[in-house]
Amino acid sequence: MAAKIHIERLSAWYGAKKAIEDITMDFEEHEVTAIIGPSGCGKSTLIRCLNRMHETIPKARAEGKVLLDEEDVYQLPAVSVRRRIGMVFQKANPFPTMSIYDNVAAGLRLNGERNRDKLDAAVLKSLKAAALWDEVKDSLDKSGASLSGGQQQRLCIARALAVEPEVLLMDEPCSALDPIATAKIEDLIFDLKTQYTVVIVTHNMQQAARVADKTAFLYLGKLIEVNRTRDLFERPAEELTEKYITGRFG
Amino acid sequence: MLRLQFVRRRLLRSIEPGALGDSLFHWLTGIVAVGVVALLGLIAVVLLIAAQQSIRTFGFSFLAGTRWDSVADIYGAAPFVYGTLVTSAFALLLGVPISLGVAIFLSELAPPKLRVPLTYVVELLAAVPSVVYGFWGLKVLAPAMASSIEPAVQSLLGFLPLFQGTPTGSDKFSASVILAVMIIPTISAVSREALRAVPQSQREAALALGATRWESTRVAVVRYARAGIFGAIILGLGRAVGETMAVTMMIGNKNSISVSLFDQGQTIASLIANSFGEASLGYLQSSALLELGLVLMLMSLVINVFARLMVSRVLRRGEGLG
Amino acid sequence: MKLALPFTLPPLRFDREGRRLWKDLAMTAAAFVCVVIALIPLGSILIEAGIRGIQAITPNLFLFDTAYGGIGNAIQGTLILIALSSVIALPIGILTGIYLSEFGKGRVGDGVRFFVDVLTQVPSIVVGIFVYSLFLTLALAGLMSTRSVFTTITGVIALTTIMIPFVARTSEESLRLVPVSTREAALALGIPRYRSILRVVLPSGVSGLVTGALLGVARVAGETAPLLMTAYGSFYGFSGLDQPIESLPHTIYTFALDGSPARLQAAWGASLVLVLIMLVISIVSRAIVHFRSVSE
Repeated sequence: MAAKIHIERLSAWYGAKKAIEDITMDFEEHEVTAIIGPSGCGKSTLIRCLNRMHETIPKARAEGKVLLDEEDVYQLPAVSVRRRIGMVFQKANPFPTMSIYDNVAAGLRLNGERNRDKLDAAVLKSLKAAALWDEVKDSLDKSGASLSGGQQQRLCIARALAVEPEVLLMDEPCSALDPIATAKIEDLIFDLKTQYTVVIVTHNMQQAARVADKTAFLYLGKLIEVNRTRDLFERPAEELTEKYITGRFG
Repeated sequence: MLRLQFVRRRLLRSIEPGALGDSLFHWLTGIVAVGVVALLGLIAVVLLIAAQQSIRTFGFSFLAGTRWDSVADIYGAAPFVYGTLVTSAFALLLGVPISLGVAIFLSELAPPKLRVPLTYVVELLAAVPSVVYGFWGLKVLAPAMASSIEPAVQSLLGFLPLFQGTPTGSDKFSASVILAVMIIPTISAVSREALRAVPQSQREAALALGATRWESTRVAVVRYARAGIFGAIILGLGRAVGETMAVTMMIGNKNSISVSLFDQGQTIASLIANSFGEASLGYLQSSALLELGLVLMLMSLVINVFARLMVSRVLRRGEGLG
Repeated sequence: MKLALPFTLPPLRFDREGRRLWKDLAMTAAAFVCVVIALIPLGSILIEAGIRGIQAITPNLFLFDTAYGGIGNAIQGTLILIALSSVIALPIGILTGIYLSEFGKGRVGDGVRFFVDVLTQVPSIVVGIFVYSLFLTLALAGLMSTRSVFTTITGVIALTTIMIPFVARTSEESLRLVPVSTREAALALGIPRYRSILRVVLPSGVSGLVTGALLGVARVAGETAPLLMTAYGSFYGFSGLDQPIESLPHTIYTFALDGSPARLQAAWGASLVLVLIMLVISIVSRAIVHFRSVSE
């Protein structure tokens, strides 16, 4: 069975600067794949190429193949791709001018959904899936910005899930959060993978070890090693990987 | 004990080389700056004093009075306040959608290569002096208004009393159109600043949900910047209210109130401008004009202060609440 | 098939997503149309002034005074007015700008900034009648003759009043752009504050100050309303600071109202000259900013 996302010889540039080079790997369906590596190694660039967010930056470009269910993502409209591949960002970015309800419903409304009942059901389902429902169910009309950092991030997850993507990309989702909020989100990721395919970028190796089925190690834009998480951490094939894991740099 | 040390430090500091120069410089620039502020006060005071005779003669009924008669020496501000408000309001009606379209295009939707040159060209609109707008308006726009544009509008909207009467080209409608053109650079420039202040993460949040560029602008960006945009519009209003030469040359200069935009009218600014061509002014007339000027200054002040409050609130805060 | 368009055409589908992509294109086009609409008047003014004005550009236009249908005295008048105004307004404006950017942090500074902003927004015609009534009141009080109202001096005072707050704000903005690190470097060398401002900060920000001054000059060069009741206008050249004086924008106004073909053509010529001056100043300002940022 083919992987959910298969990338082949993917390279990306910001202007003249090459950020990632010739990366080939698979992201399996209903699994969590983590991407680790030191700062600036191209992790964020890599996942931003998956949902074509990379090209929204002026003078950025990418080459190579990104196949979602064997369809070339660059041959589809970007808008379609982003509906099927959702994203959660490093710093939670709920829409401050909208209520919690409207935030979660935003993606559905963009798609033209107007039916109030359908929206209610979807908002309920997403907030439950993001483990936020119990905390906000009585204050759905409060501003999206009125929540704590961890709650805001879960709101963003709910917002992303509401459009029912197939894949969820998470760009260092916990780096701005405290340990308790982080733990909640990590639990969430376990639940999410039954329904979605998750790709998580993290600079925290322990987090990768905790949540990921498969882990890829990037260094200076190149894919050094990718393997089942346990194998990567216990029996790294590359010397560079071993050095990173044992903390000898980065 | 601490007090002594503090005083000692102050003394030592004051005999440091350059301390005297620093002091003098600070005082010099400060005095000049305060002088500039005093200039504003002087303007208010002078206008108030010179308007005294009119204020005492007419009292509050000045604002309601509809006659401006230099022979009978009876003066009332109503036709001009009306003219100012009507032309400015209609100018906003026409100019705001265009200005916002310009701002959104230049800030969000334009291809990167077009952005800078187009922005520059739009800003050139502000470089044309008011009198040139007025002259062009008088000789180019007004004839076009009279022959084609106003009749066309009348055929579409003539059922409204606003668009009845005979279109002549030199009327409140034309004055509003030219005002609309003149406020476009103001509103679009300030709106663009407000749009630029929206964090990129907001756009990315919308795009990542599968929004198109336009949808991201509509849903995330404009909503976030709406206070700043509103402030921009009010600033445009402030400009429209004070605009003189272009309006004078387009509005027909008739000192009366009428509903139709196709009738002549007069704004406060255009009346004042017109009054100084004739023979020398009588004392009461002069005083009444100054009272009008005071009214205009107050209008402009209130509008602009309100606008600045809105704009600075958005531009200084990072994550505003819109 | 590759088209060299600055955007990508959406696929020809009419499902919901296809409609959204077409709407995106349509709204982008609508916004572009707004830009075109906004630029039509500018284009028309440039074209009309160019076509109609170019015929008027003869040596006679500049040699004769407005009494004979030329604009020589108008140009002279404008030059005198802006020169005198600049001499007074630029130092005051720049000093105020220095105060605001270097010492204007606290509440006093905020207050001054607020009132300076208010001053920039006073309609120019109100400034005109302010100067008019100031001198009229002084004349009525017997301190000067009533003829002193319509003089070069009152015109200069009016233009100065308009120019000062404008230059103050542009100067403040320019000096604000000088990085904190530059100031700190100067102070760390042991230079007293005032000298660091004069010798280090000001020179760093000089391109912005020059741009602000140029724009301020452009602004008052195009003003008509405040001069209607101060400088008043004249058919002849400069004849003394205590006499009325003509200006280019005022000539355009009077010739426009005159209506005779010769005067109208001269007015187009004057308009062309005035617009060209504004364009040149605008381009020069841009060039200064551009070259300043390129060299950094």
